[in-house]
This record gives sequence, structure tokens and C-alpha cells, in this order.
Amino acid sequence: MKTILYIIQKEFKQIFRNKGMLPIIFVLPLLQLVILSNAATFEVKNIKFGYIDKDHSSTSRALVEKFNASTYFNVLTDFPSEAIASAEMLKGEIDVLLQIPQYFERDLQIEKYANLGITINAIDGAAAGVENVYVNQIIQRFNQNIKMDVLQVSDKQVQPIAVETIPLFWYNKTLNYKTFMVPGILVLLVTMITLFLSGMNIVREKEIGTLEQINVTPIKKSQFIIGKLFPFWVIGMGLLTIGLILAKVIFDVPMLGSLTLLYFYTSIYILVILGIGLFISNFTDTQQQAMFIAWFFTVIFILMSGLFTPIESMPKWAQTLTEFNPIRYFVEVMRMVMLKGSGFNDILPQLLKTALYAFVMNGLAVWSYKKTT
Amino acid sequence: MKRFIGFIKKEFYHIFRDRRSLFILFGMPIAQIMLFGFAITNEINNVDIAILDHSKDATTEEIINKISASKYFSIHQFMDREADVETIFKKGKVKAVLNFEKDFSKKLIRDHKATIQIITDATDPNTANTISNYVNAILIQYQKDWNKDITIAYQIIPRTRMVYNPELKSVYMFVPGVMTIILMLVSAMMTSISITKEKELGTMEILLVSPIKPIQVIVGKVFPYIFLSVINAIVIVVLSIFIFKMPVQGSLFLLAMESILFIISALALGILISTISATQQTAMMISLMGLMLPVILLSGFIFPISSMPLPLQMISNIIPAKWFIIIIKGIMLKGVGLQYLWKETLILVGMTIFFIALSVKKYKIRLE
Amino acid sequence: MNNNNVIEAQNLTKMFGDFTAVSAISFEVKKGEIFGFLGANGAGKTTAMKMLIGISKPTAGKASVAGFDVYKQAEDIKKNIGYMSQKFALYDDLTVKENIMFFGGIYGVSRKRIKEKTAILIEELGLEEVANQLVGALPLGWKQKLSFSVSLIHDPKIVFLDEPTGGVDPITRRQFWEMIYKAANQGTTVFVTTHYMDEAEYCDRVSIMVNGKIEALDTPKKLKQQFNVTNMNDVFLKLARG
Repeated sequence: MKTILYIIQKEFKQIFRNKGMLPIIFVLPLLQLVILSNAATFEVKNIKFGYIDKDHSSTSRALVEKFNASTYFNVLTDFPSEAIASAEMLKGEIDVLLQIPQYFERDLQIEKYANLGITINAIDGAAAGVENVYVNQIIQRFNQNIKMDVLQVSDKQVQPIAVETIPLFWYNKTLNYKTFMVPGILVLLVTMITLFLSGMNIVREKEIGTLEQINVTPIKKSQFIIGKLFPFWVIGMGLLTIGLILAKVIFDVPMLGSLTLLYFYTSIYILVILGIGLFISNFTDTQQQAMFIAWFFTVIFILMSGLFTPIESMPKWAQTLTEFNPIRYFVEVMRMVMLKGSGFNDILPQLLKTALYAFVMNGLAVWSYKKTT
Repeated sequence: MKRFIGFIKKEFYHIFRDRRSLFILFGMPIAQIMLFGFAITNEINNVDIAILDHSKDATTEEIINKISASKYFSIHQFMDREADVETIFKKGKVKAVLNFEKDFSKKLIRDHKATIQIITDATDPNTANTISNYVNAILIQYQKDWNKDITIAYQIIPRTRMVYNPELKSVYMFVPGVMTIILMLVSAMMTSISITKEKELGTMEILLVSPIKPIQVIVGKVFPYIFLSVINAIVIVVLSIFIFKMPVQGSLFLLAMESILFIISALALGILISTISATQQTAMMISLMGLMLPVILLSGFIFPISSMPLPLQMISNIIPAKWFIIIIKGIMLKGVGLQYLWKETLILVGMTIFFIALSVKKYKIRLE
Repeated sequence: MNNNNVIEAQNLTKMFGDFTAVSAISFEVKKGEIFGFLGANGAGKTTAMKMLIGISKPTAGKASVAGFDVYKQAEDIKKNIGYMSQKFALYDDLTVKENIMFFGGIYGVSRKRIKEKTAILIEELGLEEVANQLVGALPLGWKQKLSFSVSLIHDPKIVFLDEPTGGVDPITRRQFWEMIYKAANQGTTVFVTTHYMDEAEYCDRVSIMVNGKIEALDTPKKLKQQFNVTNMNDVFLKLARG
């Protein structure tokens, strides 16, 4: 036990003495949490919108006015010709283009219907879908108004049926993205810091030769490993704490569930990451190799964690792969506990899988750490 | 010049002797693009939902069938009590519950109106909102079918055209992003590490006292990585064309030149990082912690930049990846040439020159 | 086993693939002896030493150190030996005192004893002024002396020194050997590799390795007689040209 304390003491000294690293470990992640959480939003707003009005009638102007009034659409530009408009779209200056044909008003009055051209830049398919919905909502409402204005009251006709829907957004009534993203990004930062530091740590001692000096001492493998990893465990928990405080103070993210439960889960989760880091460290000869591997897994873990894009949308085989992604569980647990107030029983599956993962990874790490060659 | 070629050879030896790193260098981007190209999508498919049907009559059954037939939803369970909604949300089993009111059919016929609550787990606001939109779309279609005998007077009929990506494939959105991220991180990380490694091992001093000029040392160190990154870029483009059916509407030559430009700017950033870090560890942490998230989040790779708060939109301008993503999408999907992309290209050139100038300045200070 | 022998090796062999780094070497080292392990670079000295200190498993042969078997009791061996590697292997980012404390700590030396030892070592090395400085800033000679002291922190029975004087000036080398003698006088067995032949003269007995084999083993005096030369350097040259 005393031996472990000596190692822990040494590691902390080395960490705090490395002036170049301190800001990277403590300031950079928190700064990113505060700034980048604002960037992660799928909301579609400030849509770059343009139109070509060949009709110049009161109806066409009224329609454009509707778009103007909407909060989703931004910067209305009137283009004189299709050619100019499509060049602007190629340049990326507009994303939605409304083409009002000649005789728009006349057609509407005589034929009782009129066509309207809409062109949407669909490279971002999801955003294009949403933009389409917004456009259609405005036109739909406009249609109803024509009925009112032109026909006066249409009640004499057979009344159409209407299935009304009432959307209820639980846990996040205002559909605030930050509430959703801040816990997830915090997970990433805690994970990245602990993984990179632990992954580099032992291979670094290998590279500078001090590991050999340790290996000729009678220290036990487990003592050495626990001593080495404990400081990073503390750093991880510390980051989580500061991150949670920032989440509350700056973003007002709710904390519905039990804080104890969250810490309990995190304390196990960090063990998984440290185990992975150590395992990578044991199988590489240089820090460069260790970092490439750590980077490879981090990118995969991040993008397949359900943090930015939903897991349910992935193909089945990919969903199966995410079962091996520890970040996925942590993201789920964070969101469940903080935003929904899920309790111990609710997160039990995630907890058990994480615990099993921790057990396996640390087992592998201790097993693969060899004092002899 | 001969000396310089000898030096470049040495750098190639370093890289090719380290089989493991080489494998990682080439294997990882391929693995990542394959994985992400298929797996990352924000399309909503087969979302698990639950049904809370207080009527259980013919109409609700018909609506439920329509919903379950759609590819967007799969019905995970039928429930009886409103109180259970909370429980299943907390377990995270379903994303939404459709709650049909009592006497649904009767009300629809008598009052021409009946109500469905769409209760969504809005911890994920995007999914919640999309689910709600999709349910609405299905219901609107249902009403149209029911009401088809009633002509609605005066209609504007929108003819919507989705350009550049008519099938709304999210692969088109994500493949350019993944390509950018891989090139950016690999190039910046590799250069910064390999230069600081020489500093740390003390071999940098040996090189500096040799008759090779400092600028040659740097170019020599970077050159093999340009070569490697170009190969990576080619592999990625080939994969995106043949596996993900990405079109290349524009010039392949321009795409190649722009990619080389971007690679050089990432390498220049790597050099800059190496001038400010004393150890490999610092260099790695800066290139990983400092670059990974900003590049993922602020480049427009996943999240639309135009929806971000204004200060972040401004910050996103200093991310080289943002400009490169605009360029790739322009060339591959829109088929535009330099006359449309000159601004983005100039910005990348400017950033590259800035990174190099700053590195040279820092480098000189260090030597004095 | 002869109670006087602290190291015994019989046909100890290490192969790396097809390459035989150490080829069936046999020798004994007596308690309190300064045993020189000589050879050119690449002769297999370091590999042989690594098998004895329990960080490299032999391919064949037998060996025991301090009465423990190198195959099965490597961890027991480690409690009884000190080791100084040819590459400086202390922490550059810890101070002199902290390095001593740390290694004392992981050898399980009590805090009180570490304090006493640290004071003695720092005084002996003349490192009082730099005791609180980071090791990375020290000149190489001082680092080497510090490494040697650290290898003695837990009062081991045997200390293994792998080219301890590589790259240091003659005065420091001289001081180094004084330290080695002092340790030997206090009863510590010293197992030292070197390729400086003049240093061989300071050893009680030397073995000379050529291409993985021990080609000669005796006191320096007897070796010189045997090869009919006046100094160890000539002994070595004769052997190496074989």
C-alpha cells in the first residue's frame, strides 16, 4: 500500500510540474465545453433564402411577405433571373430559392390553383428536409388564408375531418440543444483526457528508459499499475466535477437524478478508459504509435456514441458495434440521469456492461503488462 | 540538393521501418471512412415508439397500421396506463408515445375532430422534433385520403426540387467531413509529433549544426507526410466514389490540387504546433485535444454553421477544415470550379502562409 | 550451491529468433567480489545481465542470483539487487531528493531509513547544492553518480552496473570507482560491465565475452600472465582477434 502511495505522489509531481501540459489538461477541455456546446445544434434557422418574382402581383408579394415574417428565413434577396439565382446557389449564398412564375395570380384566380417552384440545396439532407417542412407550412397557411379571403366562409361545404396532434416534448419543453449536448460533450472531454494521458504514460517511461529501472525493483505489477492510473482517475473525476458545475451555472442544464449515482457510474467508467489506455500503452513501443491508436479509437468511439447522430438510425451491424463502445454507455447514462432523473434500476444495464468492460480491460491490461521480455 | 535528398530518404526510412505506425496510418483512415460512411446518419429510421390507445376502435387501428407501416417507426409496445410513460422513458426504451384519446372514431365522425398526443422524449431535441414532424406528415396524408371527395378551392401547389442531393442521402453530407477530419488530424498530428520527437531526442540539434539549412530540415521532415497524406486522400476519394457512390461533378484535377493545398495547410499547422511544444506529449495533446473537437464541431461536418450563434460562426472562419469542406462539396456535389471557389481557396492559401510565417518566426526566436 | 557464491550461471543462453545473443555462458561470482564483465559493444554483456536481474527470460541454461532461480523467483531476486542501466533512467522531471525518495519508497524502505540514506548519499556525492534541483538539469557525470546511489538505496546484496562510466570524464570515472570500492568494502557484491579495459584492472576477477561466449575468466593478473601481455587492453585485443 505504501509503495502505491510513492508512485501516486511521483505521478502527481510530474503532472503538476509539466507547465506546458497543465492548461491542456485543465483549461482547454473546460473552455471547449463552454464554447463548443453552443455549436452542436441541429436546429435549422437563419435559412439563406432568395426568390424570383416574375408575377409582381399582390398575391406574389403577399406570399413573399409571409416568408419575410417567418423567423426561420433570413436575408430575403430578390433575384432578377434564374441564372443569377442559380449562380448564387452554387456559391452557397442561398440555400432555398422560391420561383414565382408569371401569371401566378391569374392562374390562381382562374384555374383555382397555381404552381410554385421551390429549389432547396440538399447537400445536408437532414437540413433540407426540415427546410422543406418550413416552406410547406408557410404555403399551407397561405392556402387557408386564400380560402378565407376569396371565398369568405367555406363552412357551408362538407366539413373535412381533422386529426389534431398535440406534441408534448418531455424533459426539454423548449427543445434546447444545449441541455442535450453539454452532458455529452463533457463525457467526451473526460474520456479524451483520461485516455490520452493514460495511453501515453507507460509507453513514455518505456521510451525514456525509466520503465526498465522500475522493472528491476520488486514492485508488484498491480501496485505499479494502480499507482500509475489513480492520478488520472482523480483528474477524470475532477474534470467531471468542474464540468458539471459549469453545466449548471452557464447552461442551466437540469440535474434531475442522483448525483451520487452519476459519480458512482463515472468512477467505474473511468476505469474502463484507463484500462484501454494502459492496454494500448503495453502494446506499443513509442508514444507516437500509442497516440495513433488512441486517436483511432477515440474518433470511432465519439462518432458512434450516439452523441451527435442517433444510434437507432445506424444500420443493424453498426448498432451491434456500438455495444462495444464505452462512450455510448456514458453518454446514455449522463443524459438519463441528468435530464430524465433515471434511477439505479433504469441505468442498471449500462452499469453492468460498463463494470464488465472495466473488469475485462483492466484484466487484459494487467495481464499484458510484463516486467520481463 | 543532394544532401537534401539524402535527408528526405532518411525521413522515409523512419516511416517505412515503423511498420506498426504505417499500418495505422493507412489502415485507420480506410476503416474509419468505411465505418462512418455507413453508420453515421442523422436520418431517422425505425425509431421505437409506444402506443397508448384509449379507444381501440377501427380508426385508431387504421392510423396505427399506417404508422407501423412507415419506415420511420417501429412499434415497440402497446401500453395501457398513462402513468407508465414516465417509466419507459426513464429506461430509454422508446423515444415517443402516441396517446389516442377516448372515443376517437366517435369524435371524429360527430365533431369532425379528434386528438392524438405525441409525447416525445425530448432529451434529444432533434429526434423528438423529427418524430413529431413525421407523425404529422402521416396524419396529414391520412386526412387527405379521408377528405379526398371534398375539393378545396384555391391552392398553391409547391413543386419542390432538391438539388445536388435529390435523395437526401446523408452520406453526401458526411463523407466530405470524414475525409477532412482524417486528413487534418493525421497530417497535423504526424508532423507535430515527428518534429518534437527529434527535439526531445536531441537529434534536432545534430541536424541544425549540419550544413543543411533549417528550412530544408523542416521541408524534409514534412515532405514524406505530404506524400503519405496524398495517398490517404486518393484512397478516401476512391472509396467515396466506388463504395458510397459520391459523384464528382467537377474537375478531379481541381479536387486533387485543393486536397494537396489542404494537406499542406494542415502540415503547416503541425509545424506550428511543434514550435510551441517542448515534448511529444504536449504536441500530441495540443493536436488531439486542441484540434479534434473544434474540427468536428465547427467545420460544418455535422452541424450546420448557419444555425450557430454569431460569435461561433465567426470562430468557425479560422478553422481550415470549414473551408475545405465547402470546397469538396462544391467540386464533388455542385460541380463548380475555381470561379466559385476562389475565395475559399485563397483563404486556405492565406492560412497556410500564416502558419508557416509564424513557425519560422518562432523557430528563429528559439535559436537565438 | 556454494554458500560463497552469490551468482551462479550454467550454460545460460539467450536467443532472439535465429540470433544467439548469449551462448551457453557459465560462471560464478563470490560474495563481496567486484566482478568485471567485459566485452566489445554487442558482445552480449547487457543481454546476459538482463537475464540475471530478472527482466529477460533465458532461452536455456540455469542461473541463480542471491540464491534465487532466475526463472521462477525473479521477483525475489529483485528485492536483493540494485541495478544501474547504461541509459540514464531516473526521472528528469523530479529533483535529486525526490528520485532517491521515490526509488527508496518502491523498494519498500521505511520513510525514516530513506531520510537517513538520502542525507548520507547526498553528502557523499557532494550534491548538497543541487539536491532540490531537477535531475534533468544536472551534468551527465552527476547523473551517473546519482543513479549508482539510487541503485544502493535499499542496501542490496548485489549491485549490477551496466557501463556505469560511459561518456564521463576521467576524474568522474576515478570517483566512480572509489564509490564502487566503498560499496564492495561494505560487503556488496558488484557486477559491472564495461568496455574500458583499464577499468578491468580495478576488478577482482573479470570475464571477457566475445560474440556471446565467455572466452576468458580469471583475475586480471592471471589473465595477463596467461596471454603474456602487460595490460588488459592487450588481453582483450588478443582474444577479440582470436
